[in-house]
Amino acid sequence: MIALDHVTKRYDGRAVVDDLSFDIPAGAFCVLLGTSGCGKSTTLRLINRLIEADAGTIRVGGEDVTQLPPEALRRRIGYAIQSTGLFPHWTVADNIATVPRLLKWPAARVGARVDELLELLRLDPAAYRGKYPHQLSGGEQQRAGVARALAADPELLLMDEPFAAVDPITRDALQGELAHIHRSTKKTVVFVTHDIDEALRLATMIAVMNDGRIAQLATPLDLLERPANAFVSDFVGRHGLGLKLLSVRKVADRLRPVGQCAGDSAEGEPLAPETSLRDALSAMTQRHTDRLPVADAEGRALGVITLSDLVR
Amino acid sequence: MTLPADPATRRPALGLPAGVGNPVLLVLVIVAAAAAAASGFVALAPNRLVSGRPIGLLSAAGAAPTIAVAALGALLLAAALLPPRKPLHAAAAGLAALLLLSTLAAAGDAASTIAAAAGPAARVSLGAAFWAIAACAALAIVDQMQRLRAGPALRLLTVLAIAGGFAALALAGTFDQLAIAREYATRHQLFAEALGRHVALVAGSLGPALALGFPLGIAAVRVPRLQGPLFAVLNTLQTVPSIALFGLLIVPLSALAAALPGLAALGVGGIGPAPAIVALVLYALLPIVRNTAAGLAGIDRAVIEAARGMGLTQRQIFYRVELPLASPVLLAGLRIVMVQTIGLAVVAALIGAGGLGTFVFEGLGQYALDLVLLGALPAIFLALGADFLLQTVAALLPFRARR
Repeated sequence: MIALDHVTKRYDGRAVVDDLSFDIPAGAFCVLLGTSGCGKSTTLRLINRLIEADAGTIRVGGEDVTQLPPEALRRRIGYAIQSTGLFPHWTVADNIATVPRLLKWPAARVGARVDELLELLRLDPAAYRGKYPHQLSGGEQQRAGVARALAADPELLLMDEPFAAVDPITRDALQGELAHIHRSTKKTVVFVTHDIDEALRLATMIAVMNDGRIAQLATPLDLLERPANAFVSDFVGRHGLGLKLLSVRKVADRLRPVGQCAGDSAEGEPLAPETSLRDALSAMTQRHTDRLPVADAEGRALGVITLSDLVR
Repeated sequence: MTLPADPATRRPALGLPAGVGNPVLLVLVIVAAAAAAASGFVALAPNRLVSGRPIGLLSAAGAAPTIAVAALGALLLAAALLPPRKPLHAAAAGLAALLLLSTLAAAGDAASTIAAAAGPAARVSLGAAFWAIAACAALAIVDQMQRLRAGPALRLLTVLAIAGGFAALALAGTFDQLAIAREYATRHQLFAEALGRHVALVAGSLGPALALGFPLGIAAVRVPRLQGPLFAVLNTLQTVPSIALFGLLIVPLSALAAALPGLAALGVGGIGPAPAIVALVLYALLPIVRNTAAGLAGIDRAVIEAARGMGLTQRQIFYRVELPLASPVLLAGLRIVMVQTIGLAVVAALIGAGGLGTFVFEGLGQYALDLVLLGALPAIFLALGADFLLQTVAALLPFRARR
């Protein structure tokens, strides 16, 4: 989907992005992870040409981005940023409709799409369509920002620390919804963050960046189990590594399917198979039990997960 | 009135008794009452060139209007003392408007009665008490409107109601015997011309000033290197006294007209409207450029960034995002410029540009203060009207200037 080939960007002679090469396959959720100034935001903005590279080529869907007019390229790519950048003088509906209108969709299709997206981001269309950004809470603004990025159904979504400015509870809900949207739409997402837990929760691949280079490109699990160098293991942190490992594994990986072991049954609200083991542990602790049922979205029982399965 | 010696007792609420609902209104009523008691409501002069002898409200207007004005004042005093509530503010605004109109009517009636007795050469002009009561009533209306948090529609309605009352009184001939109206009567042809010329001077200089200042303001934001020199020049221009600038322009413009007869044929010369408009444009530039630059620079960078990231072109970003978001500041700049230009255009009469300033300087020359007022009052109301209009437009924008 995205291929960077020896991409370099310099400011005042200093390489902020230094000879960077990597591929992001279609459908991936790629997190660019690193401290501030490591070049992760710059890399993101090179992809939709908000910044022009000094050297190297970037291909999106096989096409060299410099061969397209920048505006046409950007209209194909969803873009969401930390401070949302919602237009304060436009209603939520007008904000979401920005790119579809630039692409000259018919009005009826724009209206239907706006309502569809508001519902997807759990904002009641009737209540939120006509509101102005300043009438929304920080979390609602961020939802509107994500809806706006998704509006024209782009194949690729670029997100620059979109949840960094919201409170932890709202951030948790937004992460859950973004993960759900990614699973259900199979869009390619490139997501910039400095928050390791956010990266572990959302990513299918993580690029840890340092000084404009990639320190390691790996799946969340590999990153935790096999850090490539001292920088990565420091960044990932020894503290709470076990819990981090739990957070990148899913209940589905460890559950005992129905009927496999006779007598295995559990009481209570079932967990979804895509729940992380960390959340499963939290649920067990909270409910004072060592086993919980697992069921799919339609409520069909899939099996059981026990405390010993978590640490197996 | 003596102040209490002990600062501790003077401190709370400026020495006002506790429980005053609206100290502003209370002060206004006291000032108006004191002025009514201590100074003349109108002044009677044997002719238009000498100063008059003040006549108090009661002896000038008679018992009934005096009682009406006093009763309205007493009701407003009561409104000031009561705890603030919305219906009370609305009632007080209405009472203050009534007070304003009845003071106007009382002054007109007083002038008619006194002038009939004093003969045709005598002049009845408005006295300090009249101005104080009218000003306090007007300020009370403004204060109550603010406390009501009145929207643009209600404000417009209030202004129209008062203007309508004033027009009805004027059409009924109430003011005909006031000195200012008699100055107007002998000059109504000239007055219409002067007013038209004044508006033309203002419009004629605002047009070029906007056409010049707006792009300069944009350039100042886009090219930061330009800012220093640009604002240095504009600030310097602003510090030149207006009379001096009008005078300074006589030399280059007469030279220009002499060198290019075509320009002279168009009316460009050392005196007249041309130097006036040039000077007014120069004065208007600073507020326009400064507000354009401030309005554009004040836009949240993230909004522009998001607009670029979604694929809006530079042009689309300017017209759809930057311009509307900067518009409250731009309108504020336009308000400043309009009020400033309407006032400065009065001075332009000195170099033969015409306009309402003609009456002001003619009146000053003859020491006929009512003639000065005939020039000054319309200029003031023109400025207030322009300010109010733009304020209404700004209030009707679909979003707040600040977030």
